[in-house]
Amino acid sequence: MQNRRDFLKTAGIAAAGSSVFGIAGCAGMGKGSGGHVVVVGGGYGGATVAKYLRMWSEGQIRVTLIERNTAFVSCPVSNLVIGGLKTMADITMSYDNLKSRWGVTVITDEVRALDTAKRTLTTTNNGTITYDHVVLSPGIDFMTDSVGGLSGNEALVPHAWKAGPQTVILRTQLESMKDGGIFAIHIPKAPYRCPPGPYERACLVANYLRQAKPKSKVLVLDANGEIQSKKALFTKAFESYKGLIEYRPNNELRSVDAKTRTAELDFDKVKADVLNVIPPMRAGDIAARSGLPLINDRWVDVDWITYEAKGVPGVHVIGDALFPAPTMPKSGHMANQQGKVVAAAIINLLAGEAPNASPVVMNTCYSFVDGKNAMHVASVHQYDAIKKQPMPVAAAGGVSPAANEIEGKFAHAWAQNIWADMLA
Amino acid sequence: MNLAKTALITLCLMGTTGLVHATDPNLARNLAATCANCHGTNGKSLGGIESLAGEPKQKLLQKLADYRSGEKPASVMHQIARGYTDEQLDLITTYFAAQK
Ligand SMILES: Cc1cc2nc3c(=O)[nH]c(=O)nc-3n(C[C@H](O)[C@H](O)[C@H](O)COP(=O)(O)OP(=O)(O)OC[C@H]3O[C@@H](n4cnc5c(N)ncnc54)[C@H](O)[C@@H]3O)c2cc1C
Ligand code: HEC
Repeated sequence: MQNRRDFLKTAGIAAAGSSVFGIAGCAGMGKGSGGHVVVVGGGYGGATVAKYLRMWSEGQIRVTLIERNTAFVSCPVSNLVIGGLKTMADITMSYDNLKSRWGVTVITDEVRALDTAKRTLTTTNNGTITYDHVVLSPGIDFMTDSVGGLSGNEALVPHAWKAGPQTVILRTQLESMKDGGIFAIHIPKAPYRCPPGPYERACLVANYLRQAKPKSKVLVLDANGEIQSKKALFTKAFESYKGLIEYRPNNELRSVDAKTRTAELDFDKVKADVLNVIPPMRAGDIAARSGLPLINDRWVDVDWITYEAKGVPGVHVIGDALFPAPTMPKSGHMANQQGKVVAAAIINLLAGEAPNASPVVMNTCYSFVDGKNAMHVASVHQYDAIKKQPMPVAAAGGVSPAANEIEGKFAHAWAQNIWADMLA
Repeated sequence: MNLAKTALITLCLMGTTGLVHATDPNLARNLAATCANCHGTNGKSLGGIESLAGEPKQKLLQKLADYRSGEKPASVMHQIARGYTDEQLDLITTYFAAQK
């Protein structure tokens, strides 16, 4: 009783988020669990887990976030920058609120190694850092060497599949392309980050070219046999860009000649004016090269209750670096959801309590087909105790009937709210 | 604040009397957090999609039921609402109603 009254008094004077602490209070796990959690990577997964650990533990857990970049740059909405509809400033945000509002220690540095036995991380400039739990959300790294001639030539043949300088390079190349030029985009075999993303990019590049350089062409060279997400909707969108977008399935890339921007595919050779190659990818290096269990030698195998790498207690992995559960996409929305599951699990574990045995995650990815119209794919994933992994709810989820303006507005609202949910 | 207090105490009582079969006392908080990507942290939206914080529980439950049945047309909420059990939506709406 005493505790609850004290808590309610506190809640009365505290700022936003106070009533959240209240539920922790009535659960009797409020104060003093303590502990130090280090989060590697301040992207969609990492920023979320850092904020939610501080918020839900009422500041009781010390959180250090290590991110190599000084600011957050969002991949979602970056295709609108490439299409000339948004600017880099629109997708760039600071980590200041995580520091000042939530008390996260943010370190700009690179994590080089993880010692799971000693529970330490080695950084480039900040020495060795000790943790009770570590959360790796490093996103993806590219298997650049699997495409001949690509390595070292990413400025000539950009991927723009990590937002930042690469986004600017691709936008600049597109802007300086001549009218009548060919913009070729190559999509690697699934699974890759953001299944609908390459098709959205093709549409937004075509949308720009239709207005600015109408004699040009977008060639979509897909290593997969068909469009990987929202197939019917993107097929329709491509038709609306008839003569401008050409889609070619089953076109796996072997090598590139960066100087002439030529792509050597399985059965074909394509010379482009702008060559956008999304290389095959795997879990970010720090997750893929620390001795954690991998599936297909690429993605980390996790326990779906705590997201700890299988057999490696205290090392949690979230976001794109995971081997996904059935139909679970590599999306920012999903990384954010997983961040919250892990924050809750770590708070319980540090307090000596069992983690939530039935975590739920859900996904929605919006894609723009032009400056105004967007469409979504959604799914809800409930934990299945028998299969020991989250499974999509059959009756739930689905796609838009057609791209539409209302969802164009919702897509922007989604971006604003998820960015705030991670960083504000 | 009174409403929030009442709802919180109700939630605590439900937890202790076992009316809601929550294995983890933070289940409501955790489930509600799955809505935050679009509706804002703790249901406080920056705009463009409705805030859920502080909305009466019955009103929220009714809207969710109408989305599920298809009675209330939606772009995405019908597909989302069908992914949660009645018990989960009960916990979620209790949580949001208790937010200031
Ligand atoms: C063009 C494009 C469009 C997309 N659109 C959408 C969309 O509309 N909706 C959606 O939900 N998703 C979208 N995605 C997918 C989304 O961006 C990813 O799924 C998401 O970023 C994954 O989150 P993450 O935390 O795993 O990785 P990231 O967000 O990439 O974060 C990883 C972070 O870790 C840092 N890092 C990595 N290794 C280290 C290290 N050793 N030391 C220090 N720091 C390190 C990186 O610098 C990076 O900041 C899109 C992706 C692309 C490319
Ligand atoms: C992908 C974004 C997204 C997510 C995630 C989401 N919503 Fe929604 N919500 C919307 C949109 C958009 C609407 C407007 C109706 C529509 O078009 O679907 C809405 C409307 C609502 C409304 C009606 C609001 C009003 O005042 O009319 C309620 C209630 C609601 N959502 C509850 C929830 C709950 C509970 C969750 C989590 C289980 C949730 N939503 C998750 C996007 C989302």
